[in-house]
Amino acid sequence: MTKNIMIVGVGGQGSLLASRIIGNAALAAGYDVKVSEVHGMAQRGGSVVTYVRYGDKVESPVICEGEADVVLSFEILEAARWISYLRKGGRLITSTQEINPMPVIAGTCEYPAKLEEKLRALGIDLTAVDAVKLAEEAGSSKAANVVLIGCLAKSCDFSKEELYDAMKACVPSKLLGINEKAFKLGHES
Amino acid sequence: MKNNTETKKLMLGNEAIARGLYEAGCRFVSSYPGTPSTEISEYAAKYDEIYAEWAPNEKVALEAALGAAVAGGRSFCAMKHVGLNVAADPLFITAYTGINAGMVITVADDPGMHSSQNEQDSRRYAAAAKLPMLEPCDSGEALSFTKTAYELSEKYDVPFLIRMTTRVAHSQSLVPVSSREEVPVRDYEKNAPKYVMMPGYARPKHKVAEDRLKALAELADNENSGLNKIISGSDEIGVIASGIAFDYAIEALGDKASYLKLGMIHPMPEKLIRKFASSVKRLIVIEELDDIYETYVKSLGIKCEGKSIFPRTGEFSHALVKKLILGEENETLSVSEQLPGRPPVLCPGCPHRGLFYTLKKLKLTVLGDIGCYTLGAVAPLSAMDTTFCMGASVSSIHGFTKIRPEAAKNTVAVIGDSTFMHSGITGLVNITYNKGISTVMILDNSITGMTGHQQNPCTGFTLKNEPVTGILPEKICEAAGISKEHIRIADPGDPAALEKVIKEELACDEPSVIIARRPCMLLKKVVKDSVCVIESDKCKNCRMCMKIGCPCICISKTTGTPVIDTTLCTGCGLCEKMCKFDAISTHKKA
Repeated sequence: MTKNIMIVGVGGQGSLLASRIIGNAALAAGYDVKVSEVHGMAQRGGSVVTYVRYGDKVESPVICEGEADVVLSFEILEAARWISYLRKGGRLITSTQEINPMPVIAGTCEYPAKLEEKLRALGIDLTAVDAVKLAEEAGSSKAANVVLIGCLAKSCDFSKEELYDAMKACVPSKLLGINEKAFKLGHES
Repeated sequence: MKNNTETKKLMLGNEAIARGLYEAGCRFVSSYPGTPSTEISEYAAKYDEIYAEWAPNEKVALEAALGAAVAGGRSFCAMKHVGLNVAADPLFITAYTGINAGMVITVADDPGMHSSQNEQDSRRYAAAAKLPMLEPCDSGEALSFTKTAYELSEKYDVPFLIRMTTRVAHSQSLVPVSSREEVPVRDYEKNAPKYVMMPGYARPKHKVAEDRLKALAELADNENSGLNKIISGSDEIGVIASGIAFDYAIEALGDKASYLKLGMIHPMPEKLIRKFASSVKRLIVIEELDDIYETYVKSLGIKCEGKSIFPRTGEFSHALVKKLILGEENETLSVSEQLPGRPPVLCPGCPHRGLFYTLKKLKLTVLGDIGCYTLGAVAPLSAMDTTFCMGASVSSIHGFTKIRPEAAKNTVAVIGDSTFMHSGITGLVNITYNKGISTVMILDNSITGMTGHQQNPCTGFTLKNEPVTGILPEKICEAAGISKEHIRIADPGDPAALEKVIKEELACDEPSVIIARRPCMLLKKVVKDSVCVIESDKCKNCRMCMKIGCPCICISKTTGTPVIDTTLCTGCGLCEKMCKFDAISTHKKA
């Protein structure tokens, strides 16, 4: 039985790090793992999607519509954009952060209103967290990705300790203090 | 059953190829950056035992690697699919000359065009150039096929191509690692009939190339080679697939099908295909992009389906295979409204922003090129007319203005520093040699940006971060025949001054080069200690600042006026220059 965790966000938000943390947790727990990343243009503020799949034997590295057990989103418009990938009974964990895409900035359309409400109305298991605020409390807005990992740790196949250890192995040592706090705040939110 | 994680590492497909180079005793890597192949050479450069370099372009890179292999050292060259188009000349000749030490060439296709200008099917090069080609389906095979490729390259005296696609190159999977085989440098002996391809020597080499393909075809048919294998399941459906398409097929169909998994995709295994086809009821070829395997299977007189089911465009997935073969699809949720897209854009503080705003303001026709600056085409800047391929901006403006001479007054070619070194120089020589009058702009941001920040001949550092004297584009322009007074250096961070220079050079009847020089904002050396702030009491809501399309500036929901996100702002000050009411100022960060 292969499990699927999909991470979505805006280029530059640190989704690659999040996928490495989860991938490493799965590896340490003894699973076969495949992680699919998006490189190149993603840094330029575009929509970024990363897939983490783990199980006894993983063949395809991608997750398709209606297959994600968890969608972890760093930005709420991206959560709405990729919601079709969530399976029935799957869990959406999203930051409430809103980042305007260029068409909104250029004035050709508006940022959709009340996205959290609209997502809730779909009747899914939804956790919304102000990850940027918690990250700033921890010491840096850039740690929002680790806040969300802490939130994920509340209920997933990996124990809090397994995700925490994977996080420690992936972040630079000088930033460990901030990330430990971010993880804790996400877990307690 | 859980894996023994001590012997396996989670690795990108590209990293696994680099690991394969290391373990196979490769000594020499020369490449040009290109998504999705770039990381191979970056990871290879981390090994002290491997000499690794960025060449100015893929043709030079492949020739350098060929020289190394002929000299007796195992060599390697990687490129994206369109890069192989650039390197095609030396590629084709290697089937005739052969090599000395083993040589492996990786070409990375991009089905779905995640970051490319086309989705060509580079598998065709193997047949055209008469070279063997392998295709791994995951990181583990990326490593093992690389090592196998060197052994076979030396045994059959020919370079081996390894074909990757984005999903294998940029996915991580588990890879067993082992130690490096120290392979000594082979002797070099003069052998003109082997290496000097003048017709008298080249004619017999064609036959050598054809005979070699026959021998390689026997290898392909050998199930013990570990390259091609039959995986038995139900005989209702037989799938022929390679690479990521195999992963999608087996994920979707499992034991509802049997599989002929191809690892060596040229030459094709005729006997294995006949054996497999006769063992299944319905034969289906699952391949992204072109119908190469399908056409071959049909040429053997064997019935099969392929493009009657699957598309020729875009990338596949296991969901697509499930839908098209089994008719199964998942139910999905959606938010009912149309959502704004989120295309990639120029970064906050990017020096190209001020430049493209100026080109748009002057209503110029812009013949563009390949790089971060291609994003100058995105709204609201929308300041690009054409982008074809590397270097085409400089070459095509010459043809354009020969037909429309009046266009020389309102048309510019725009090319980056790395792209200029890659293939802009020859286009510039064409302009001066053939009496053109075009204006070319070289956007020098001191880095090869779009592919993830690599060094190039202008930056002053090698791939291994060793300092070297940077080549100045302005000296090349002078040597190429542009008169000194028409080689201008301007700062794209000062749009008013840049505009003046552009107007002057467009007005003159001689070819000009304007070097717009300012480093990429993402570079560590660029000081980012300021932010810009809009003072609401001075702001008249004219929204001039928003015309530059900076991702940091948006309309506040509370005030309805522009506001700057200081977490994204890098303090470049371009918006400050746009404001006629002095409402924007730049401050040092707290």
